[in-house]
Amino acid sequence: MTAIPFSEVVERHGPMVWRVCSAVTGPVDADDAWSETFLAALRAYPRLPGDADVRAWLATIAHRKAVDVVRARGRRATPVAQVPDVVDEAPDHAPLWRALGRLSPRQRQAVVLHHLAGFSHAEAAAVLGISHDAARRASADGIAALRNDMTRDET
Amino acid sequence: MTDTSAFSAAADARERRTRTAREARLAAAASDAGLLDVAYAVLDSPAGPLLAAATPAGVVRIAFACEGHDAELERLAGEVSPRVLRAPARLDDVARQLDEYFEGRRHGFDLPMDLALVHGAFRCRVVQHLTRIPYGATESYGTIAGLLDRPGAARAVGTACARNPLPIVAACHRVVRGDGSVGQYAGGSDVKRMLLAMESGA
Repeated sequence: MTAIPFSEVVERHGPMVWRVCSAVTGPVDADDAWSETFLAALRAYPRLPGDADVRAWLATIAHRKAVDVVRARGRRATPVAQVPDVVDEAPDHAPLWRALGRLSPRQRQAVVLHHLAGFSHAEAAAVLGISHDAARRASADGIAALRNDMTRDET
Repeated sequence: MTDTSAFSAAADARERRTRTAREARLAAAASDAGLLDVAYAVLDSPAGPLLAAATPAGVVRIAFACEGHDAELERLAGEVSPRVLRAPARLDDVARQLDEYFEGRRHGFDLPMDLALVHGAFRCRVVQHLTRIPYGATESYGTIAGLLDRPGAARAVGTACARNPLPIVAACHRVVRGDGSVGQYAGGSDVKRMLLAMESGA
């Protein structure tokens, strides 16, 4: 039985979970996925083994819940639709959101897990349920596509 | 302050508000789903910041800053349930009654209590007795031992008071030494003296 209060887990991993969720759902629906993720985690938390990797556990739930939210809305992930306040007032980030939205879902998730959430390719592969190689390739292809896209946006 | 740091301070404040809103929404959803086992808030008071925690059964812990709020949350996670969330709305009653007490407008608390952190039948009886010592009055450890039919158990009463998880609400500050000196207090003897002075002035 763990003695780490769940509030501490939310504090420590909340931003990472939001990044994973928003990469799948786009920023508008990310709050729903974020809540669903922590609610599911809270339900299972007392039975989590003491030596569990909480970060990877949460990323896996976040990925699943975000996919559920997108599916429930019955439409493709549309990160381009609208950006939330925090991003809205940092105008430099808006083109990046749009470019992320144009990646394939797998590339987007691989890029976010590796470059924003700090997961190794092996950890990202486990979360996404794909091979290590596929995760590495999706991340590299995603970054290349982003770079391409952002450079084109500037010209 | 440069423009850049002003901008990043504003961005930090926005980020905090967004996080607080997300956490409040999670706490409400957890409460609706029956998953919020321990709700807590940190309340301002003349005795410094107070950690207040409640289970669905009632208020379970009041802790002074000097006791270490993080350590107390870990203790709640280990001894009550790890399903702990910051949920100030669930502590509204506790916060209101404490405010009224510190303003001198309230002489007794009307709050359900959860004695999950009180170990042993005797300590439970002591804590329950503490809620019945009238506002402004004091009793000695020995007197309470006698009242609970355990004359000679003054030390055990002292221990029960020292470990009281619900100070102020269960008024262990009204228990003093047999010689009339104030004695020790979880919040520090200065706080104990302040509470006794406040109550005697009313």
